[in-house]
Amino acid sequence: MTAEPLVRVRGLRKVFGEGDAAAVVLRGVDLDLSRGEMATLLGPSGSGKSTLLTILGTLLRPSEGLHHMLGQDLSTASDAERTRFRNKHIGFVFQFHHLLPDLTALENVMMPAATSRGKETASMRSRAAELLDAVGLSDRRDYRPAALSGGQRQRVAVARSLMNEPPLVLADEPTGNLDRHSADQVMALLDQINRDTGTCFLISTHDEHIAKHCRRHIELLDGALV
Amino acid sequence: MPYTFKLALRHLLSTPGQTVLLMLGVAVGVSVFVFMSALIGGLATLLTLRTVGNIPHITMEMAERDPEQVVPGRNVQVVVQKDLSRREQIAVWEPAVAMVEATEGVVAVSPQIRGSAFVQRGQAIAPVGVIGVQPDKISAIVDIEGALVSGTAVLSPDTVLIGRTLADDLGLRTGQVVVVRSDRGRERSFRIGGIFSLGISTADRQALYMNFRTARALFDLPSGISRIEIKVSPPAAAPQIAARLRRATGLKTQPWTEENAQLFEALDAQGRTGTIVKTFALITVVIGIASAMLLSIVRRRSEIGIMRAVGASQRFVLGIFVIEGTLIGAIGAMAGALLAWLALIPFPPLEAVEGGGLPVDRAQGDYLVAILLTTVASAIASVISAQRATRIDPVEAIGA
Repeated sequence: MTAEPLVRVRGLRKVFGEGDAAAVVLRGVDLDLSRGEMATLLGPSGSGKSTLLTILGTLLRPSEGLHHMLGQDLSTASDAERTRFRNKHIGFVFQFHHLLPDLTALENVMMPAATSRGKETASMRSRAAELLDAVGLSDRRDYRPAALSGGQRQRVAVARSLMNEPPLVLADEPTGNLDRHSADQVMALLDQINRDTGTCFLISTHDEHIAKHCRRHIELLDGALV
Repeated sequence: MPYTFKLALRHLLSTPGQTVLLMLGVAVGVSVFVFMSALIGGLATLLTLRTVGNIPHITMEMAERDPEQVVPGRNVQVVVQKDLSRREQIAVWEPAVAMVEATEGVVAVSPQIRGSAFVQRGQAIAPVGVIGVQPDKISAIVDIEGALVSGTAVLSPDTVLIGRTLADDLGLRTGQVVVVRSDRGRERSFRIGGIFSLGISTADRQALYMNFRTARALFDLPSGISRIEIKVSPPAAAPQIAARLRRATGLKTQPWTEENAQLFEALDAQGRTGTIVKTFALITVVIGIASAMLLSIVRRRSEIGIMRAVGASQRFVLGIFVIEGTLIGAIGAMAGALLAWLALIPFPPLEAVEGGGLPVDRAQGDYLVAILLTTVASAIASVISAQRATRIDPVEAIGA
């Protein structure tokens, strides 16, 4: 008997629109992700990478199919349950860092924990400081995003995704908006965190160079795994 | 500090100019609210003061008896009717006056003898209403001493006080002698002890004050009195006190409010107008805050999306914008109330208001009500607007 994977997806379909205007974006995806994996999700634009990531991140419900994570059936969970689950167990890194402009780097990192607890605590502060230290930005903790470079902002976003110690981090084109040097830095950082903490990363990209940092390659074409 | 509160504060501080402008808008609305309250309240107080200043608040007289059937029967009826040949009087008045003086809310009591008379000087004759008062109570009901234009208010047995118009009509001055002939056919000479000007035409033309004892003789009232006039505090309590006195004495009591119903209708209409203006001021504030919140939500769409994406609940997002709108309303309202309070300082007190001046009563500004109403209305406006924030789809908002 094999251990339950971190994420299990079976027969996942996603259809946008109805009738003649219906667009099938995912066509029966079966996928398992295990703890500690460093996987890349490859595929051309429009292949369904972002849709699959948003479904895995509980931001979107599948039209059909099963979506389990940590043994919990997320396809039938209520919106509030999915929100709580997302906050606790899933981290996100987006192509555009999406930091809150009115918060400092440290406060941005604390945000996922503070929203669920309703306040900022000293332990959150020290955890966020550790994470900023880990991404090499300990000297930028009090800077607002506008005062940081693109690479630095993305590293803050990476630190934020790890704040609640989620077992899964979903990264949608995390280096798509960075120059090659910054992109390599961010990927090296993700690789390092994966090795140090065992966090599972699923990174969507269409950049083969970025994909080389990952040990598993998942390829999506026209909404189906290849 | 709650996290929602912190984020709301950061939102407000991130665009200080806009925040200050919004609060200023609220402050102006609240200032209008406070100013209208102070003006309407002041106007009502002034009108009431001027109306009740020189009139008795309660008048007590003998109860009029309706025709009464004393022998019931089918064919014969015997009724008692009012005896018009005798003067109505309160026969046992001293205990009544003592009882009235001991009543809570009563500040002055004046037993009076009233009657009609003619004043004659040479060939000139004028009708007057005689008011016989105890000398020490000459100004108990009407401030005769304050209205004197010549002479003194001392009522000796042979002096009378008359109004300026009557004095002018008869060409009288202080110290001159007149003959007063009562409707009982008795007459006597008096010296003009003083001339007053109350600014009330009927009083200045027809009122004649004389000593209580002298009036007794002139009107054939050896023991009784005509009426008791009373001042109460506050004047608005007159109807209740009058009712109490009616029950206690059996006398007919008439509060000033019964004869001044029109004043109350005018004050009511004025109050309603003020309420309408205040309501519109409040509506303006609510619309301002609701639109500011909607704009803020549109501008922060992607931020809301990212917060939802990292697991912020809809309630959490709602909380941020409700706190933001409520803070704008509450701080703006406090600033507006303070501004209005300061702006009302230069206005003179009601007693000093002269013709053309605005009778603004700073104490009636309804500051707390304005702050509370505005804060609650801002919170409601924010809740309605912020519903929109909770409906934002994080996937669309962040373009994931």
